[in-house]
Amino acid sequence: MIASLLIGAISLATVFLFGCVGEIITEKSGHLNLGIPGIMCVGTAGGCLGASVYMGALNGATPSYPILFLFSSLTTFTFSAAVGAIYAFLTVSLKCNQNITGLAITIFGTGLTQFMMDNVIDRSQLFAASSVLKQGLPFAENLGWFGNVFLSHGVLVYLAIAIAVAASLFLNKTKAGLNLRAIGENPAAADAVGINVTNYKFAAILTGSGIAGFGGYFYIIDYIGGSWENASTIEALGWMSIALVIFTLWRPALSIVGSILFAALYILAAKLPGFVSGITFTFTSVLKLFPYIITIIVLIITSIFGSKNVQPPQALGLPYFREER
Amino acid sequence: MAESKVREPLFHVVKREGLPIWKTLLVYAAAIVGGLLLVSIFCAVCSEDIDNPLEMFSSMFDGAFGTERRIWIFVREGALLLGVSLALLPAFKMRFWNLGANGQIVISCLVCYSIMNWANTSETPIPNAIVVIMIILFGVGAGIVWAAIPAVFKAFFGTNETLFTLMMNYIAQGLVTVMITIWAPTGSGSLSPIKNYGLPNVINEHFLAILTISLITVFIFFYLAKSKHGYELAVVGESEKTAKYAGINVKLVTIRTLILSGAICGIVGLLITGGISHSVSSVSHNNMGFTAIMTSWLAGFNPLITIATSFLITFISLGMGQVRQDFGFYNDAIANVALGIVYFFIIACHFFINYKLVFRNSKHLEEKMGITTVGGEKGKKGGNG
Repeated sequence: MIASLLIGAISLATVFLFGCVGEIITEKSGHLNLGIPGIMCVGTAGGCLGASVYMGALNGATPSYPILFLFSSLTTFTFSAAVGAIYAFLTVSLKCNQNITGLAITIFGTGLTQFMMDNVIDRSQLFAASSVLKQGLPFAENLGWFGNVFLSHGVLVYLAIAIAVAASLFLNKTKAGLNLRAIGENPAAADAVGINVTNYKFAAILTGSGIAGFGGYFYIIDYIGGSWENASTIEALGWMSIALVIFTLWRPALSIVGSILFAALYILAAKLPGFVSGITFTFTSVLKLFPYIITIIVLIITSIFGSKNVQPPQALGLPYFREER
Repeated sequence: MAESKVREPLFHVVKREGLPIWKTLLVYAAAIVGGLLLVSIFCAVCSEDIDNPLEMFSSMFDGAFGTERRIWIFVREGALLLGVSLALLPAFKMRFWNLGANGQIVISCLVCYSIMNWANTSETPIPNAIVVIMIILFGVGAGIVWAAIPAVFKAFFGTNETLFTLMMNYIAQGLVTVMITIWAPTGSGSLSPIKNYGLPNVINEHFLAILTISLITVFIFFYLAKSKHGYELAVVGESEKTAKYAGINVKLVTIRTLILSGAICGIVGLLITGGISHSVSSVSHNNMGFTAIMTSWLAGFNPLITIATSFLITFISLGMGQVRQDFGFYNDAIANVALGIVYFFIIACHFFINYKLVFRNSKHLEEKMGITTVGGEKGKKGGNG
């Protein structure tokens, strides 16, 4: 039972991890992107478009794992980074209000995704694409429970962890990472030492958005196996990813553990009916409230016990205008 | 060292001192028209039924003003959106991001429906007057509770209100789903309206909402502009430290303002379930909570301009509903795409209101150079002489 819980938690955590790391990178540049839920949706649309186009073009031939993975990843990243570029242009170049722009991105993104999934994308191809991308490592079955829990996942799970580790190393160990953090804390000071604030901000927002987009794509293509409910499911997961940023104290490495923990609680609530007999439909719908209540509790706990040392980037949410100093 | 040649960028950005009203309006109008034009091109690309992108506009006007009934619905929906926008205004002015209006509306709808359902199924007949009093008290109360919970945590622990209020939305919507499984166990997923109970009809089913929101508009205008409360929350919004040193109780102001915010959302919920739909669903809020964030921000948190922005957005969403019907779009996602595009344009146009671009070779620059160097001195001398 614990093994199955862990397998599910690691899988679901990937959705949060992509969104959370994407948002952390964006926030480190001083931009609070409330458009992440919408961008996760658009990433879904982009990835599913790539996957369905590739599967359709095969005409029944056996799909190639690497090509499907690379091609759909490319479309996921392109679509979500493109929407991220709208956000970046409005908030960096035009210095517009970040919260408002983010919300507009979310409204636009959920609408566009719903529209594309219903009208443009051939959803019947997604099941086959999902079964290809969900394959775990070939030797996982020989390694007993360890293989089952940690190695049986699709490639996107490992991609998420790799990105989180890479982001952590980038932010803490490289010069460019230091520059980015400096911009998030005090863009005027960073500007004064000759860092190109605008370029860094654009790069961070586009990369962050591109990464976050994988969260939605993973949810559809791997976690629920290629079926489609609606964009608002992914939107809800997106808001939780933003909440996780606060919970994991703006640290990508910590967000790996944080998202698995959070996902485990989520799954525990969802799987409870399986363990208890005589469950009614009402009870299952009560359980569906739990993730949101857990998120609130997490927010409250972080705010009560959060130390003064762990604060968001100081210039988070403020537009930077060079002549206003 | 030889003089290094500095290449001047093509243009640079300068803050504006303030644009005349008519120019501001012109920029807004251009942004809205530009946004809608892009939407119409998007629609024309997506639908084979549209030959000319401009066809969309006549369809939009038809959707909002085509019949007398549509005009009533347009005014009512605009008024409801205005109500929610006004609920958010004081909170935003205080820099409290209340993204939970959807939840505050839905929880009020749910409470109202429970009371109406209880009266409807009760064995002893219950007069409607009692039901009306109860739904007013408890419906508005539910909205207040839903807004006050995040406010209390924000005031005492600094809990992030943006995500807290968002999660409260999902909980309220989830509670509606839970109650529907109890009230309609067959699994149809929707409830039958209870027509026997609810708010009285004034003229028709639309007018009561319009009237109530008009009164709220007047109240909020004076509350923000003339009352001590309005002044206090504006100070808190400008700077919490200033407020503290001026002897304003920041915690109290935060909670008090959110109680007002939740109460107005509660009233909107009451009007929806008690007066219009007589039912409840998890989307009773019609996503007005999110839309209202845009309308009140676009209006610069001014209650009177909010009237205009609310009706504009209502026009677009009702109009897009008609476009969807006329040109065979599968679902209402197209309305969100359209709204998103228009929002982008209006958000972007704020840049041109607050800043201006000065080009490298523009006349403006030459004049400026002339005045500040040689021309300036000459001018001064002339003035003195």
